[in-house]
Amino acid sequence: MCLAIPGEVVEVGVGRPELARVEVSGVRRTVNVGLLAVPPAPGDWVLIHVGFALSVVDEAEARATLALLEELGQAYEDELAALAGSRID
Amino acid sequence: MRFVDEYRDAETARALAARISALCEPGRRYTFMEVCGGHTHTIYQHGIEDYLPEQITLVHGPGCPVCVIPMGRVDDAIHLARQPDVLMTSFGDMMRVPGGDGSFFDSNAEGTDIRMVYSPLDALNLARANPDRQVVFMAIGFETTAPSTAMTLLRAAAEDLRNFSVFCNHVTIVPAIKAILDSPDLRLDGFLGPGHVSTVIGCRPYEFIAREYGKPVVVAGFEPLDILESIHRLMLQLREGRAEVENQYARVVPWDGNPVALRAIGETMRLRPHFEWRGLGFISHSALRLREEYARFDAEERFEVPGVRVADPKACQCGEVLKGVLKPWECKVFGTACTPETPIGTCMVSPEGACAAYYNFGRFTRTRVREAVAGR
Repeated sequence: MCLAIPGEVVEVGVGRPELARVEVSGVRRTVNVGLLAVPPAPGDWVLIHVGFALSVVDEAEARATLALLEELGQAYEDELAALAGSRID
Repeated sequence: MRFVDEYRDAETARALAARISALCEPGRRYTFMEVCGGHTHTIYQHGIEDYLPEQITLVHGPGCPVCVIPMGRVDDAIHLARQPDVLMTSFGDMMRVPGGDGSFFDSNAEGTDIRMVYSPLDALNLARANPDRQVVFMAIGFETTAPSTAMTLLRAAAEDLRNFSVFCNHVTIVPAIKAILDSPDLRLDGFLGPGHVSTVIGCRPYEFIAREYGKPVVVAGFEPLDILESIHRLMLQLREGRAEVENQYARVVPWDGNPVALRAIGETMRLRPHFEWRGLGFISHSALRLREEYARFDAEERFEVPGVRVADPKACQCGEVLKGVLKPWECKVFGTACTPETPIGTCMVSPEGACAAYYNFGRFTRTRVREAVAGR
């Protein structure tokens, strides 16, 4: 649960203004972006923690974080599986 | 892979290590605490200690949210789960944490319905989908996670959901750091400040560490080079006789934190007078519960919570590990009776726990990295 996973914003305002579609490791998920002071735009990268975008990061940071997470192996896969099983609306 | 190499380059790592070594004063030892479990993970996985001179010791702090939950709170949660119609939810990491009378998995084998969720919003969805059940979300985590619970509460209030409540176990990092600073067990020379927590609270809350305790703090990123650079900055401060808060992770952490997240926490939660931490005991104003205005969503108001207190198993030394007094491998049951498959203590349950991190990576990296460096 302590992981923050990077995802690329694909679409904002999905149903409600604070929801966005984000692509995480090739899968599109809905996440809540209501904690960001400035709403993200498509193409922005965000760090996602328990279904909420915590911060906007640049692409270099996002890719470095992804590489670090991929090295975690099982813990990262578990987190992705949990995210995939989550329904945020 | 250009992006990654910027943070990983071995040449840069060795150059930083050489500069760190050059700053060591002869005969002096340096002990730094990395507060955050995510840092512990990077340190073991990448064998960071092998780049450091022997004079520098890294000790692991209390920044693992699962690890600091006392066994009694697990028992309290199981008690809640046994109430009629209750559907208990929590993060997956909590499921295997042993309470005084078994874990959530053990409890489910005896008939409770405790489900793992990825997000508090999933618990909210379960409440919407099961109007005949009382859905309780056992919230754990530091300031990284508390805003998500706060936003979920705001949503529940907006929808006037009647069958959703939060068993709040959110904790705040600064009082725990202060407790460690006040403890006579450990002499620290500085801190690697937590990364994700600081995206929410910013860097100012650490200023008392520099001002009142004269210890430097460097808020650090999670890449191996971030850790080395942060240690270098700590060493520079010590060499120059400074004690300041620096933000090495400024590419993610704003100095003033996230005002939206802080507002959401402030709107829905208030400080508890005191809260028991595993290993650290009771710490004043170190945890959050719901504000009176949200009492109808507070599981501790809606249900009787027994407030169970259980001493840790005698063999388990998680408390000493959480305070940084013991290294994981110095615990009597590490890797023998206590493993990630059959954990006795919380530090072995969570992947961010110091024991699990060391069990999974540390045993191999120390020698492996030494050989790799020597072989180049």
